[in-house]
Amino acid sequence: MARFIVRRLIAMVAVLFAISVLTFLIFQAIPNGDPTVRLGGRNSTPQTREAIAKDWGFDKPIWQQYGITMGKIFDGTVVSYQQQINVEDEIKRDLPATLSLAIGAGIIWLGFGILFGVISAVKAGKFTDTSLTVLSLIGVSTPVFLLGALVLWLFAYKLTILPAGGYVPLTEDPWGWFTHLIGPWFVLSVLFIGFYSRVLRGNILDTINEDYVRTARAKGLSERRILIHHVLRNSLIPVVSLWGLDFAAVIGGGAILTESVFNLQGVGQYAADSIQQLDVPPVLVITMFTAFFVVLLSAVVDVIYAFLDPRIRLSG
Amino acid sequence: MAVDPTAPSPGVPVALEPEAPLGVGEIQGEGGVGPYKLALRRLRRNKTALAFGAMFLVIVIMCLCAPLYAEHIAHTTPSANHITDKITVRGEERDVVSPEGVPTGPTWTGKFFFGADTNGRDVAVRLLYGGRNSLEIGFVATAITVILATIVALISGYYRGFVDGALSRFMDLIWAFPVVILGVALGTALALGGLDFGLFTVNGNSLLVPALIIGVVYVPYMSKPLRGQVLGLREKEFVEASRAQGAGNLRIMFREILPNVASSIIVFIPLMIANAILLEAALSYLGAGVQPPNPSWGTMIGDGIRLIPSAMHLTLIPGGMLVLAVLGINVFGDGVRDALDPRAEVRIEH
Repeated sequence: MARFIVRRLIAMVAVLFAISVLTFLIFQAIPNGDPTVRLGGRNSTPQTREAIAKDWGFDKPIWQQYGITMGKIFDGTVVSYQQQINVEDEIKRDLPATLSLAIGAGIIWLGFGILFGVISAVKAGKFTDTSLTVLSLIGVSTPVFLLGALVLWLFAYKLTILPAGGYVPLTEDPWGWFTHLIGPWFVLSVLFIGFYSRVLRGNILDTINEDYVRTARAKGLSERRILIHHVLRNSLIPVVSLWGLDFAAVIGGGAILTESVFNLQGVGQYAADSIQQLDVPPVLVITMFTAFFVVLLSAVVDVIYAFLDPRIRLSG
Repeated sequence: MAVDPTAPSPGVPVALEPEAPLGVGEIQGEGGVGPYKLALRRLRRNKTALAFGAMFLVIVIMCLCAPLYAEHIAHTTPSANHITDKITVRGEERDVVSPEGVPTGPTWTGKFFFGADTNGRDVAVRLLYGGRNSLEIGFVATAITVILATIVALISGYYRGFVDGALSRFMDLIWAFPVVILGVALGTALALGGLDFGLFTVNGNSLLVPALIIGVVYVPYMSKPLRGQVLGLREKEFVEASRAQGAGNLRIMFREILPNVASSIIVFIPLMIANAILLEAALSYLGAGVQPPNPSWGTMIGDGIRLIPSAMHLTLIPGGMLVLAVLGINVFGDGVRDALDPRAEVRIEH
């Protein structure tokens, strides 16, 4: 078991290293992406640009530049090219909005995903099941930003019961925090509810045919007890591991679209803005930050699986 | 009972599902029914899937006819501005774009059927041309994903060992990036610089750029499950038999193993098209997909969202069209999966 965990940790560090190299290279490969232009402004003279390149080390070979940037990231002193603001401070400032979004939406989509999944499995083939399936298909077919726009239009402009985007810290105004986030929570959740309920429905229908469920029935247990204690326990495992990964991605800025539509000023929106300005340091930090969460949670999921199922330990 | 998609030969008679209302004589024609024929029969019984598939097809045909509509009904082009024009709707004269900059809503007549945008362009015409772009990207991206993922899966599943390790790690790498962040990063980078393959170059504003990005980003989602199947299949007796007959690696991969994973590949295709269209819309919305003045459903929605609430039709119309198209192909794809491989676990991230 210890060997498995160590191996998984080494793989994790390797993936993070590779991701940082890849992100760095993507932006280095852009012909118009010359960072001296970002720093000196469009009208800067070649001489100023040269001086900037010397100052920041852009004249050095690419692997040295990579080393310098990564060193700064680990010192916490990396600044953006565009506004020269400390990137890690900026992320810390944006994180509360993203965390509020992720936690609220995560609870909603897990709860409703399980609820709808169980209902449609129990009513499989009946009208309720069909309508839930149709709803979840519409959910996964609607782009998040379109749904967000509709919610804004209806609740913020027509009914004027919700604010038109933005974020208010929980500590300043709890009610304002809630009204600003209720829309984004549901918009972000719809897609995941669609996915999770369908995955769970399939899992439950598979599990219901297992021998141990028949045994439980033969013992005379009630249907409710069988569903909760025997069927759901097993069918929930893959759903929860999916949840771990999706949740990690949202914390790491994966909710770019929801954050932009509702102007939440979170990590994802910061990433989108920085990408559009070809500002390498923030993008590098945010992708590594996201990848770190995703890789960490997938490692945790793997370890939990290996703990539960010894076969994985041997083959992995 | 489900049809085993890994059945070694498509000619082997397959047990029918108990509810299949087919005459016995019909099944036992010449040598039984192949899994594909059976799947087709099952799909033909699924009226919902067929109806939604037909809806998608109608949208595709409508978008293909965009130039005809533009020329003969709307009498304009997707990028022609009519800001200062006036139109007469049912005897009433109105500005295409009001002096305050608010474009007219749907007129429900030949010209400006769905209204105009802020540049005084005909939304209906742009909707069809934009649909052409969105669908083209969806199809090209899907082709790229399917080809690359199949090759990667065959090679890493067949050769195993070091090759598999290297390829799988690389796939994990793409997988670890959030799809939208990776897509936006690549899209912004390439939209500015274009691509230079040496032999030919791709302009930054070409539709190939988003198609290529979307195609590549989704490769691991398809290659991972396929690789697992190939790993299992290469141990089967029919592969051994083929090798005993002197078949080379390539022949075994493409003639023996590929036909056995074909049903999984087919299941992926419609769902992949749906997701490619959705990702195109997301990238275009963030400015990293189709570049203006080229329309696409995503860019149109993106432009429209900036004008909520004064001109809601600019968001609702392309949005509605996009949802209808994606929903159509999704429901159809669901039917295809149920018919071919009811137990397949297909999940593509957004």
